[in-house]
Amino acid sequence: MHLILFLVFAGLCLAGAINLLLQSHPINSALSLIVVMVSLAVLYLLLGAEFLAAAQVIVYAGAIMVLFTFVVMLLNAGREERTLGSRVARAVGFPAVVAILAVIATVILHAQGLGVARLSDGITSTEELSAVLFTKLLLPFEVTSVLILIAILGAVALASHCGSEEQGTGIRDQGSAVTLAGSDNRILQSPQGNAERTGEE
Amino acid sequence: MTILWFILWSVLKVAVVTVVMLLGVAYTVLLERKLVGRIQNRWGPTRVGPFGLLQPLVDGAKSFLKEDIIPTGVYRPLYLLAPILALGCSLILIGVVPFGAPFSVFGSPNLFQISDVNVGLLVILGVTSIGVYGIALAGWSSNNKYSLLGALRSSAQLVSYELALGLSLVGVVLRAGTLNLRLIVEQQAQHGALSWNISPWSRFGGMQFVAFFIYLMAAFAETNRSPFDLPEAESELTGGYHTEYSSMKFAMFFMAEYGNMINVGCVATLLFLGGWTNPFGNLFGTSHNIFVQALMPLFWFVLKVFSFLFLYVWVRGTQPRFRYDQLMNFGWRWLMPLAILNIVATSLWLALR
Repeated sequence: MHLILFLVFAGLCLAGAINLLLQSHPINSALSLIVVMVSLAVLYLLLGAEFLAAAQVIVYAGAIMVLFTFVVMLLNAGREERTLGSRVARAVGFPAVVAILAVIATVILHAQGLGVARLSDGITSTEELSAVLFTKLLLPFEVTSVLILIAILGAVALASHCGSEEQGTGIRDQGSAVTLAGSDNRILQSPQGNAERTGEE
Repeated sequence: MTILWFILWSVLKVAVVTVVMLLGVAYTVLLERKLVGRIQNRWGPTRVGPFGLLQPLVDGAKSFLKEDIIPTGVYRPLYLLAPILALGCSLILIGVVPFGAPFSVFGSPNLFQISDVNVGLLVILGVTSIGVYGIALAGWSSNNKYSLLGALRSSAQLVSYELALGLSLVGVVLRAGTLNLRLIVEQQAQHGALSWNISPWSRFGGMQFVAFFIYLMAAFAETNRSPFDLPEAESELTGGYHTEYSSMKFAMFFMAEYGNMINVGCVATLLFLGGWTNPFGNLFGTSHNIFVQALMPLFWFVLKVFSFLFLYVWVRGTQPRFRYDQLMNFGWRWLMPLAILNIVATSLWLALR
């Protein structure tokens, strides 16, 4: 049972990753990445890491990829164009990536050999995980959170700096984006009037 | 118990729960139309069946029989995928919800919960966050400016309020010490309503009344319901993200919205109002009849969820819509800091208790 699930979702994961590279439209690539993330979550679950699986779906598929698609939608990015440069990059790039991966793989295999990952019947509970995280690994955990805090502060500093050059603060910027989104009632209403909703009126 | 029996029971449970859920969605629509009608001093649907009770069936038939128009400008694969994603996410969630006390007959697994997941609460949050894609992709693939604006508003709104929503649940998890929904409910079962998480009596209850109101407001925004229904504000965006959808595909979005209302009501019931437990505790004793023992928890659960649906419709009938900047300010400047303060206060209370 475990093996069947593993084969299905590992296959799905690989298919998503390959599709991500082959698609020429950014939104299709972003969606393939979501497939990869979700099937990775299932693989974590098969290894018995249920909290990690849930966190993978919530954080990567649910938050980060939403921002990706959000940006793709906002920029209204079109299809990728094939140019001479991109063809050259493809011809050189694929062999180069294969070569680099081969080198890394040989180095790692040489150093520690082929490890064994076992699909587990048991499940690591959230309690055990947090006990390890907040006792043994407390320092790395706290340092990581400080790192993220620094990234957030940096983003805020950058945003407020850009805002002060033009006009007002970052909050003003948000306000102008809001008027952009809210200004559509100045565009002519569509002649058909309101959308049909069975549940209303 | 063999694996075959387990699968058979599971399929049966899934089938029954899905049918009940779909019926619930259909009759929530009727409830809304009736109640909003009363609030606006009119009757609501009365013609089909007694008191208009067959109206949902007729509406469903109408959606099926209408012409299914796919505009030429849409991006077809995603345009077709979006409603399935939206409805699928809203129907899956009920799978982890325990809607009755653990109960089994003839060696069956627990009849009143499809699957008892250790991280049930996280599964709910995860599936909710995947549900955003249904709306976002619908708006983008429709190739229509109203749809796109609706989808953008919706994604921003959902991502912003998901934070406040998630943080408001932390207090409950802190008190329960588990993410398992069944255990969270069982912990609130000792003294009836006094020991629910919403109860302000610090001796029995969970002191989570602030978190409850944060959750309530964030949940209204999460389900795109009035007063936060900006993604489909008719006066501004014609129909928002589902402007270009017709027939059954539109109905799927519609069902997803009402399904999400039910889900949110279920989660609020489980986390704050003691789930299936009796509000009177052991005041009136317990019955020895096995049917009563099985069905009373179900009754209390449905009653609590129903009161949430009632509240939804009540608010929709009486409150005006927020402006977009007010929505963002409220979410980020008020709800989120308040939720964080609630976490700090709850941790202090639990530590010093």
